[in-house]
Amino acid sequence: MRNASHTDILTFRLGTEKLALPAEYLREILEMVPITRVPQSGSFATGLINVRGVVVPLADLRVALRIPRTPATEDTRVLVLEVRIGDEKSTVAILADQVDEVTTINTAEIEDVPPVGSPWPPEFVFGIGQLKDTFVMFPDLDTIFKSYSAADAAKEKVAA
Amino acid sequence: MTGFDDMGAEIFRQEASELLQSIEKGLMDLEAAPGDTELINSIFRSMHTIKGSGAMFGFTELSQFVHEFETAFDDLRNGRATVSNDLIGLSLQACDQIGKLMEAVEGTDADNQRILANLRKLMRPGHHSDDTDIAEDEAAETPHPVEEPVLGEVTTVIRFWLGSDALRLGSNPALLIEELRGYGDTTVRALDDRIPTLGELDPTDCLTGWEVEINANLTDADIDMVFMFVRDEMDLSVERRGATLPAPVDTPALMDATPGAAPRAATDETQSQAAAKAPTNPKAAAGETMRVATERLDELMDRVGELVIAEARLQALTEATNDASMMSVAEDIQRLVAGLRDATMSMRMVPIGSILGRFRRLMRDLSSSLGKPLEFVTVGEDTELDKTVIELLADPLVHILRNSVDHGLETPEDRRAVGKPETGTIELGARYSGAEVLITVRDDGRGLNPAKIREKAISKGLMSERDDLSDSEIFRMIFQPGFSTVDKVTELSGRGVGMDVVMRTIASLRGEIDLASEPGHGTTLTLRLPLTLAIIDGMLIDVGGERYTIPLAAVEECVELPTLHTVGNGGSSYLNIRGELVPFLRLRHLFEIDGTPPDFQKVVVVSSAGGRVGLVVDRIIGNYQTVIKQLSQFHACLKFFSGATILGDGTVALILDATQLVALGRDVELRARREAAA
Repeated sequence: MRNASHTDILTFRLGTEKLALPAEYLREILEMVPITRVPQSGSFATGLINVRGVVVPLADLRVALRIPRTPATEDTRVLVLEVRIGDEKSTVAILADQVDEVTTINTAEIEDVPPVGSPWPPEFVFGIGQLKDTFVMFPDLDTIFKSYSAADAAKEKVAA
Repeated sequence: MTGFDDMGAEIFRQEASELLQSIEKGLMDLEAAPGDTELINSIFRSMHTIKGSGAMFGFTELSQFVHEFETAFDDLRNGRATVSNDLIGLSLQACDQIGKLMEAVEGTDADNQRILANLRKLMRPGHHSDDTDIAEDEAAETPHPVEEPVLGEVTTVIRFWLGSDALRLGSNPALLIEELRGYGDTTVRALDDRIPTLGELDPTDCLTGWEVEINANLTDADIDMVFMFVRDEMDLSVERRGATLPAPVDTPALMDATPGAAPRAATDETQSQAAAKAPTNPKAAAGETMRVATERLDELMDRVGELVIAEARLQALTEATNDASMMSVAEDIQRLVAGLRDATMSMRMVPIGSILGRFRRLMRDLSSSLGKPLEFVTVGEDTELDKTVIELLADPLVHILRNSVDHGLETPEDRRAVGKPETGTIELGARYSGAEVLITVRDDGRGLNPAKIREKAISKGLMSERDDLSDSEIFRMIFQPGFSTVDKVTELSGRGVGMDVVMRTIASLRGEIDLASEPGHGTTLTLRLPLTLAIIDGMLIDVGGERYTIPLAAVEECVELPTLHTVGNGGSSYLNIRGELVPFLRLRHLFEIDGTPPDFQKVVVVSSAGGRVGLVVDRIIGNYQTVIKQLSQFHACLKFFSGATILGDGTVALILDATQLVALGRDVELRARREAAA
């Protein structure tokens, strides 16, 4: 029986890490597409892609999560997501080295990151869950994208 | 149900704010032409509509408030009162108040009462002198006084049957009766003679009629107003009893009505009379236009944009096949797409006059609060601009106009001293110029003082003592953040925020600002704006395999990069173009693009706001229709790009921002000069 405590997730890999995100964030999964580099855009959202006529920023979570970057392979996929930045929904895309599966996890089994010994910036990690015999990390997508968004930075400037 | 109410309330707000604007405009016009009865009528009608539909959607407070102003304008209409400046001022205040009531702002009640009290004070001399006392007593006791004083013993009997669809269409007979009650003591009786037997009865039909006996003499116009929204479908008969006083001239034929006895014939008569007399309802006349949500137009524009992109791909493919029949189809499609694009863009165009009304109000308030009499002239109100542009323009224009009145115009004393008329003039004009719209704000005030601005800019560290800038370059300093030449800060302007915000907004619209000023004779500020934001002609260029689009409107010319500049990576470089030095930027260097440049590089000279800069590129690919896509918030802070577009092959290309690149070129140039001088 499914209830609110079970949620659909998509698991994927970045480098050697296994990550997961709630399926409700996912709009579609694309094969590698031509990426237009955006000069002077820092290291996070460095590119633009065309998702069926819409220009979507492409970000690399590895930068936020301090995972070493590797060149794209034929397993590399683009995940098109809908994230919430402030009050607005934004369509963004991220790179995944490999997409594993869509599965279900009991939300009760997602635990906070241990404060010590975590290789990732703790504010960007929502929690860690156990799936069969492996651990998967849930990045906090909303927080990551919010902290890299220009609108957020501009707002702070106005307030100051 | 709540959903419906919310939706209804939302529609009401939208409609009412449009009506408010037209009332404001009407009031302004009325101030100029106090005797214009057509204006009074149109204000009255708008007020009545707000009152009526307000009551319908549950804005009771609002509709009671409007009611009193409606009464005042009814008095004006009937010549019982005259237009005065005080009344106009008060009515304008009332418009603001109505806006607040509409948004259900808390704590408006005291203001309501204050405004209404002022109104009563103002209107009393115009009221019938013999029942002043009554009116006053009533006003003191109830916030909703009886509108028409009872003239003798006249009783108006109204019988009406709404169309059988009325309830399904959302009319509420109770509200109509309630409105009739506002005119005096009422007796209401239901008329059930048209209700069929149970077998034929459709319970959703509105079959009951009502007989409303009102202890007052209602004119046809009054009745018309009550039934304004349902009149087309209804049966209506009116009878006046015991008319011992001279009845109003326009009393219709009295009607000996027994319920159910041929009311239709009489109704037709009454209606045709009413129709002939009643001022044409603007809503009815607007049947030729249609209200469409902006999002839908945006979506249509997006789709057309995609079509343009797909068409470019088709074009590319057809050229490769070299098939004549294919090419002719592709050409047809190209022509059709261009037509569709133009038609879609024209749909998004609205006349700039739609926001000018707001400014007239602003100017009036500014003039009285600053004690500077002024005449506000508008030219070219029917000039059309993209709706998005118009909306974004409103705030910058408010800033600019405030500045003109506050800083530009002198006080009446100063004006007299220099031999100018005391009344200043501010002109807001709009006109087309090629693919641009020019919006000018001109005042006949004291003008800008280049020496003073220069001094200030130096003290703020915005320029150096040694800089030799032209007047127009110096004037542009006022757009720098933190700049203000006024020594004291007023409530309105002078805080040094504002003009830089204006500059930024205009730049985000891909527009430019020019300033011209003649000391003692005034200042002219010109906004140059593109006609539309959605699609532009662009020049596609290639640097090290990356492609960028430059807005064609900004491109002045393309030249070959002289071989002496082939190497180097920036620094101070100039091109000599027909004797003029033009700074140039290497995009390869600016955008950190790898790879070695080809032997023959090109320079695209772009201009903006009077400045020029050369952009060194590898290759010029060609000119293309460019559908502009806004950058996401991750990239909006990148100032050298104004957007992105999708090319024929499906890849994304960034659109360069000419204004920012020219500014960068100027900075590079200044730095180089400073270094050379040091």
